[in-house]
Amino acid sequence: MIAIIDYGAGNIFSVKNALDYLGIKGELTSSPRDIENADGIILPGVGAFPWAMKKLSESGLVDLLKHQAAVKPFMGICLGMQLLFEKSFEFEECTGLSLIKGYVDIMDEPELVIPHMGWNKLECDKDCKLLEGIGDDEFVYFVHSYKAFCEKENLYAHCSYGSSVPAVVGDGKYVYGCQFHPEKSGETGLKIIKNFSKLMG
Amino acid sequence: MLAKRIIPCLDVRDGKVVKGVNFEGIKEVGDPVECAYEYNLQGADEIVFYDITASHEGRGVILDVVRETAKKVFVPLTVGGGIATVDDIHDTLRAGADKVSVNSQAVKNPQLIKEGADIFGSQCICVGVDAKAISPNKWTVYINGGRIDMHIDLIEWVKKCEQLGAGEICLNSIDTDGVRGGFDIPMLKAVVDAVKIPVIASGGAGKLGDFADAFIKTDCSAALAASLFHFKELTVGQVKDDCRSKGIIVR
Repeated sequence: MIAIIDYGAGNIFSVKNALDYLGIKGELTSSPRDIENADGIILPGVGAFPWAMKKLSESGLVDLLKHQAAVKPFMGICLGMQLLFEKSFEFEECTGLSLIKGYVDIMDEPELVIPHMGWNKLECDKDCKLLEGIGDDEFVYFVHSYKAFCEKENLYAHCSYGSSVPAVVGDGKYVYGCQFHPEKSGETGLKIIKNFSKLMG
Repeated sequence: MLAKRIIPCLDVRDGKVVKGVNFEGIKEVGDPVECAYEYNLQGADEIVFYDITASHEGRGVILDVVRETAKKVFVPLTVGGGIATVDDIHDTLRAGADKVSVNSQAVKNPQLIKEGADIFGSQCICVGVDAKAISPNKWTVYINGGRIDMHIDLIEWVKKCEQLGAGEICLNSIDTDGVRGGFDIPMLKAVVDAVKIPVIASGGAGKLGDFADAFIKTDCSAALAASLFHFKELTVGQVKDDCRSKGIIVR
């Protein structure tokens, strides 16, 4: 079972819908017991970084998620991916889950429309199990105004929007993050979710 | 670089896809969930449901359609038609829509755009605009499905929408809508030049090359069509192949 962390953020139903469609058992939950018992964890998210961290800490989930991320497959989506980093500068400096080295800041592209919204091409930087079977010409759906600044070793794929935008990141072990929405990225997104579920063995 | 989006639109009344043959005759032509699924298979980048249910009581039906569609279609869904309040936006997003499209109500109450964007984020607020030329390079905004001229200048209105926090503009030309002679390039160009947010071209697609034409002649981000796809004259895939062959980036 995959625990989809429900801390009041949006779009959790579409993640659940995608798991249902693929025949993967998923549960929307904020219960520590469910999370401990789960085989994998998805941390979704839409909204602002400080608000989300506040919600997670009010629910008493911050330490639990950090521990769980060391022992089972864990995927952050969109804001959930940004929460994996050490800190963010969205509105104010705010500490994240610190599972991956790096920080999150506004996309500074004066020539381009922000939010970065729409279908953009994934460019793979490093092989990883999450991207198995994903070709060179596949597009995924992004909606965000902030982006990650991370180490090369944690970057699995990026897309180009002005400069390079980290699209898939990871800690080399259990933790993955997707800046885009795999649950809204058609067949490519479903493949990525399926790959994630395979990590659970 | 973002891919240019091809967006099929489904007109829905009381939970059924309908198509106006003329002003009198509206006929039911299918199940919206099935139609959306079919478009998804063809490679649609986004699907728009336009709810033309007349009664307020009937509003719940479109939410059921969205809920069911979201279980099997994994691309962004937009719902327009009849959205008048922040609560309507909330309910629609909650049912599984990724964006709402506000039109007449936004003209009557522009604060709806601001409130919606402040609460749910600009990315969920698309403003649909119906406009018609009054002289070359001058257009006014209409409401109620193109029936009432509000005598508001189109360019001023789209700039205001952007300021209020709209995430994108879906621009429908009353002059070209239904004529099938191609999108309204002068109007589209004027709006794209006036705002930074993405603009969706709507109204007028009649043949394969019309989509690529809009992308080549203007910087619009997406093109929308209803009947052309609905009556299976073209598939989304054919349109994308044509765009691709002309060097346009599509998914």
